[in-house]
Amino acid sequence: MSRLAKRLAGALLLSTALVPSMASADRSFIVPSSTILAGNSNTVTFDAAGADHLFFFDHRPIAPETIIVSKPDGSPADPVTPVRTRFRTVLDVRLDQQGTWKVASRQVMVSGTLRLNGEERRVGGRGGPPPGGAAMPAGAPAQGPRASAGPAPGAQAGAAGPDGPGGQRRQPPIALADIPAEATDVHLTEMVNTTETFVTLGAPTETVFKPSGKGLEFAPITHPNAIAAGETARFRFLIDGKPAAGVKVTVVQGGERYRDDVAAMDLVTGVDGAVAVKWPSAGLYWLGAEAEDKHPAEKRAEMRRMLYSATLEVQTP
Amino acid sequence: MRSIPFALAGGLIATPALAGSITVTLPRLPLAEYKRPYVAGWLEPVGGGAPRTVFVWYDLRKGGNEPGTRWLSDLRSWWRKAGRTMKLPADGVSGATKGPGSYTIALPGNLAPGKYILNVEAAREHGGRDLVTVPITVPGGTARGTGKTELGAITVAAK
Repeated sequence: MSRLAKRLAGALLLSTALVPSMASADRSFIVPSSTILAGNSNTVTFDAAGADHLFFFDHRPIAPETIIVSKPDGSPADPVTPVRTRFRTVLDVRLDQQGTWKVASRQVMVSGTLRLNGEERRVGGRGGPPPGGAAMPAGAPAQGPRASAGPAPGAQAGAAGPDGPGGQRRQPPIALADIPAEATDVHLTEMVNTTETFVTLGAPTETVFKPSGKGLEFAPITHPNAIAAGETARFRFLIDGKPAAGVKVTVVQGGERYRDDVAAMDLVTGVDGAVAVKWPSAGLYWLGAEAEDKHPAEKRAEMRRMLYSATLEVQTP
Repeated sequence: MRSIPFALAGGLIATPALAGSITVTLPRLPLAEYKRPYVAGWLEPVGGGAPRTVFVWYDLRKGGNEPGTRWLSDLRSWWRKAGRTMKLPADGVSGATKGPGSYTIALPGNLAPGKYILNVEAAREHGGRDLVTVPITVPGGTARGTGKTELGAITVAAK
């Protein structure tokens, strides 16, 4: 059911060839085995994945090469060897410094559409096979759902050729680096997806929250390793280093697979860029934020979509 | 910085000879395998301010790669509010774990007058966690509370 929905969604996305949304069915998270630790040193294992259910592993791993571990002093941790499995990436981190550590994944993608020789083409990913190649791009949806989604509204019948269920081959996407000079109507969106979590050995510290000044960032007012049920935490969001008002923030407690109601808390940041979250009970929570603007780092892009998510453990009071 | 209120209070208020005491009862649990619990007691000023740890009982002697301090975070509330910013062992505060029985702990002699919440938290390996909170007024107040599983009667008397 959910897979079918996803394929349909993917087919719609491809056929309309509009701005692809990264707010797909799954949610990204990095889950630590512990968040608050004592002692001289300790090891924490992290599971990094995108999944339909929090915090289970049912869809995809987060690419290990996108993950950076920051020590409390802000320096990158010694290389660790992540293991990528079918549904998740597993990463052990030995905490050998007192304070708050950050494990973060950051992915940047640029995608969209352009017009080439009268045809509308998709831009994104690593591109397709060379022109004239017969193969379908890997992962392209089956014909059925695409056909049922109807003809692409952006495609001109004459130029794009028949688009019915007869089995017309879809043109492969063009990689960003391969956009030809003669392309017109280039409409690109930059997508930045950041997923983080924090763990603290001993007393909490703040260095890992120092903003880079780029994109959507989490600037907690309440330390994320000092949150407890019944208490209210305040978190600020920044865009390019400035407080970001009007950012949509969603908070969901894990284990919604066992509830009828997802019970998502939908919040919006105020003029100071902050939201207040009152924790109903102890447990693992997913916090997501999204924003978009017209300030992409990629010069050819028109829009920038920024997604942020964090895994937070709410303690018993 | 967090200890400033106490430092000021200690400097301004004459220290009574006896500030009172807390009695903590650890129940006898009918278990084949019983490990002595970690227990901490601390005072939180009702009007806000830094919590003050009165005692913490843990495995003081265990060192090596997995020292006794490693499980202090199992005293979840104490660790988050007070423990993790303390330097341990702390004189007059740290103590060895204790078996079932009743124990009397002196309240700090330089407690500023006011209203407090006394917290006593216990956590046992392969066992439960228990938190008892009782309000107490200094000086002169008395109060009692009872734990659910890992703690028995808690009494406090402030002189």
